[in-house]
Amino acid sequence: MKTIQVLGTGCPRCMQLHDNAKNAAEQLQVPYTIEKVTDLQKIMMMGVMSTPALAVDGKVVVSGRVPDVEAIKMMLR
Amino acid sequence: MTTTPDITCAQPSAPHGRRMASPWLMLTLAIPAWVAVYSVLPRLSRLITYHLLGIGEGTHLGSSVEFFFYDVPKVLMLLTAVVFVVGVIRTFFTPERTRKILAGKRESVGNVMAALLGVVTPFCSCSAVPLFIGFVTAGVPLGVTFSFLIAAPMINEVALGLLLAMFGWKIAAIYAGTGLAVAIVAGWIIGRLNMTRHVEDWVYQIPVSDSQTQERRPFADRLGDGGTAVKDIVGKVWLYVLLGIAVGAGIHGYVPETFMASIMGKSAWWSVPLAVLIGVPMYSNAAGIIPVVQALLGKGAALGTVLAFMMSVIALSLPEAVILRKVLKPRLIATFFGIVATGILLVGYLFNLIL
Repeated sequence: MKTIQVLGTGCPRCMQLHDNAKNAAEQLQVPYTIEKVTDLQKIMMMGVMSTPALAVDGKVVVSGRVPDVEAIKMMLR
Repeated sequence: MTTTPDITCAQPSAPHGRRMASPWLMLTLAIPAWVAVYSVLPRLSRLITYHLLGIGEGTHLGSSVEFFFYDVPKVLMLLTAVVFVVGVIRTFFTPERTRKILAGKRESVGNVMAALLGVVTPFCSCSAVPLFIGFVTAGVPLGVTFSFLIAAPMINEVALGLLLAMFGWKIAAIYAGTGLAVAIVAGWIIGRLNMTRHVEDWVYQIPVSDSQTQERRPFADRLGDGGTAVKDIVGKVWLYVLLGIAVGAGIHGYVPETFMASIMGKSAWWSVPLAVLIGVPMYSNAAGIIPVVQALLGKGAALGTVLAFMMSVIALSLPEAVILRKVLKPRLIATFFGIVATGILLVGYLFNLIL
């Protein structure tokens, strides 16, 4: 079970990242949950300063850019 | 003047379904093509203007049209090159890494490093607030944080690329150098003023954990990021460049040589403060403003006045003040704007004096 979190305050890039992450998980056919973290305080507590960011199982794997579906697949493996 | 929110904040690029061709291969093909096209531009623009369009040589219209067909491709090509290089460099500097470098740094040294890192760290004013919180709670001194926040938007890749293309490398270097100086000194002064209590109280109550996002990425990947930056940024600003150059071309061909001398010339002492006053509320992007300003320079406007105007347009904006209001009390915002505006003013006078 993969826990995917998309961190961001709701900018268009965050939504793009959310979609990409969802697609990547679907394509890999792994069981997953995906959650949007929009609370600034929570985002800061995870140590992220540049949004959007992506966390897998509580660990931040990328921040400040939107990787494509293929790249996210690698991060989910 | 058109207002566009932050051109350097990349919009989502279309998701690529397939892998792109190797960035290395694309780069090896692109560089010779770039050089070849660039070197024939002067001839090409004359060919289009005087032969293809059949406009008479030596006329006002001819000089405007030739200027336009030469400048548009030249500026867009140089802009593309600068955005690409900066895009690649920026993949090495994440805000998290920059914070780690700056945390606990002494002032003065910290101010200098913060301003320099501000240039190469990816920054978009929409994430100014999380960045500010992340910096100050991690122990980056307030003044050092400000040096970063001033340099980052002021010396951006679009401004640098356009200045290089339209004014030449000397003025681009002067702009970058004085911009850095303003960021360093203004941040240092803000640090001296001990204004920590004018930061909203809740900011310091956020517990921050340090995350490790050490990414090891192949260089080809970083080149790909440079390409994405070009697509995002140049894709968005080209229209403003085009409009700016069209207006500039009109000025170039039709406005008399000494027209600007009386309003923006050296002899008018009030022109520098006026330029800053007009520039601050203007939230235009560098792409639209620089080509117009370049044309004015040719018509007798003084360089210092022009520099001051560009800096105040690019570095200070009202929307930025609104965003920062979330974390800063009004007095600190006012101090911040006041000090930076004064710095820009001094830069303007300095260059009017020495050039």
